[in-house]
Amino acid sequence: MPLPIEAEEAALRSVAATADMHPSVARTASPPQRRARMRFWQRRGFLGVMFILPAGALLLTLLVYPLSLGLWLGVTDATIGTPGKFVGLANFASLVRDSVFQLVVFNTIFYTVVATAIKFPLGLYLALLLNRRLPFKSVLRAVVLLPFVVPTVLSAVAFWWIFDSQFSVISWALVKLGLIDHYIDFLGDPWNARWSVIAANVWRGVPFVAITLLAGLQTIPPSLHEAAMLDGATAWQRFWHVTLPLLMPIVAVVMTFSVLMTFTDFQLIYSITRGGPINATHLLATLSFERAITGGHLGEGAAIADAMVPFLVGAILISFFGLQRRRGRQGA
Amino acid sequence: MTKARRRPSDGVQFLERTPARLLTLYLPLGLIMAFLLFPFYWMTTTTFKPDAELYDFVHFNPLWVAHPTLEHITALFTDTDYPSWWINTMLVTVGATAISLVASICGAYGVERLRFRGSSYVGLAIFLAYLVPPSILFIPLATIVFNLGLFDSDWALVLIYPTFLVPFCTWLLIGYFRSIPFELEECALIDGATRLQILLKVTLPLAVPGVISAGIFAFTLSWNEFIYALTFISSSENKTVPVGAITELVNGDVYHWGGLMAAALLGSIPVVVLYSFFVEYYVSSLTGALKE
Repeated sequence: MPLPIEAEEAALRSVAATADMHPSVARTASPPQRRARMRFWQRRGFLGVMFILPAGALLLTLLVYPLSLGLWLGVTDATIGTPGKFVGLANFASLVRDSVFQLVVFNTIFYTVVATAIKFPLGLYLALLLNRRLPFKSVLRAVVLLPFVVPTVLSAVAFWWIFDSQFSVISWALVKLGLIDHYIDFLGDPWNARWSVIAANVWRGVPFVAITLLAGLQTIPPSLHEAAMLDGATAWQRFWHVTLPLLMPIVAVVMTFSVLMTFTDFQLIYSITRGGPINATHLLATLSFERAITGGHLGEGAAIADAMVPFLVGAILISFFGLQRRRGRQGA
Repeated sequence: MTKARRRPSDGVQFLERTPARLLTLYLPLGLIMAFLLFPFYWMTTTTFKPDAELYDFVHFNPLWVAHPTLEHITALFTDTDYPSWWINTMLVTVGATAISLVASICGAYGVERLRFRGSSYVGLAIFLAYLVPPSILFIPLATIVFNLGLFDSDWALVLIYPTFLVPFCTWLLIGYFRSIPFELEECALIDGATRLQILLKVTLPLAVPGVISAGIFAFTLSWNEFIYALTFISSSENKTVPVGAITELVNGDVYHWGGLMAAALLGSIPVVVLYSFFVEYYVSSLTGALKE
């Protein structure tokens, strides 16, 4: 709480102000130790600490401490209600042999890689379209971002309904068009379910990619394109040799965020499939929730969550060096 | 076709002909927009369809509502705890956003303007905190919430949500404060203002757009939050809209799609309304946070 100290500082400053005007009065009004205290309170280091204290204290107790507690819980046999004791790497050893965990690692990597591989080209394409001369450009941009703004869980419920086995509107449309003859079991078959949740993830992720890349595209001066065009470059060459290299730094940052969000995804899976059918769509986050909260085995759940950490660190490093490179370019 | 006003930034695009624009611009754009908007359309029509129409694709075209009804919405308000989920979500969101904004404004000012020893490392640490996903924090946080006696209380959410809001808002505001000329603050310092007075009377009024951006983003993030609310809240009357819709509206294998879609539609309205009013601020916070 910086307030009381700030108030005292204000009082001391008013003393200092009078001291400046009447040095003789000041000498009698503020004894040496008081002046020392005053100087202490005006020091930047102290003031800085006071200003970042609310945010710092909050993040230390509710982010840094839980993060380390999570790493600790991963090496214990804690359950809901018992603190558990140190068991070393037993949780990880049993997870590695656990066929469900192996499947879930595959699912998570598959989900992340495929969804990102679809999201980026599509998002970049949409950004390029929105960067062209268009009527109602700002309205279109606002509408594009809607899937990212609405609560993920609530739009996921809509996808759940769209993928319903009996009343799916997609199946209905395809049957009407004569492309298939019976309804698709979207969420009952392992591979159909995987592609269905990826479709929902792409739907939610494309707007984020498109809008952030659009912001990057808008910083590219059109004169570069005009120059390339005069030199006889085709549209594809202009994209490949002008747009893409200039866009790469922001692509790196956006991709780091997107991969991080997809890899640790929980809401979409929990809302649409709860990991089913037969664990085909379970991701590390949903499995961790199921083992720790539903099943009560906190230690095992925490170990699954810890297994995501190396990936997280990797993503942070990529993002960090991406940012550094960007800084360098701006300086050059 | 449409004649959009020509801007210098459009470059040589005026050379394109209308048929080419139709094929390479309007057609793909229309298809992508249809893909992005269809779930909302489906959500809305389902909300207003009577059950008889909802499960009968033979006599009714599913893409259209023949006999609009409000029965799903009224059922939601009379038969379920939906109104209290809505109120809970609003209180938690407003509380968490307010706490986060105060902490972030002070923190960002401290890091960006006081430039004490190590302030750049603090800035970096805040950026790293922004990258820690809730999926690896909810288990340890559940034990902490339980030990604090806050389990099944909305106060737990008010306390926990700032953990992902503060890093984002601080990061955004650091960038914003940097764009304000510090000479203004020097003038105030010479006039004898304290740091807190400078923050409140000089810097903050100039940073209002940045604070609005941070506030809008914090509001939507906490309104949409799911995993913490799912883990820490167990009784129906304390749940938030996203958790309540998923856990309470599904009875066994019988899905009341009309009610579920009504819950989803009404639960999305606050963020969509706020977003539509402040769309420029929202976009600038989304892109600004990445650019810094």
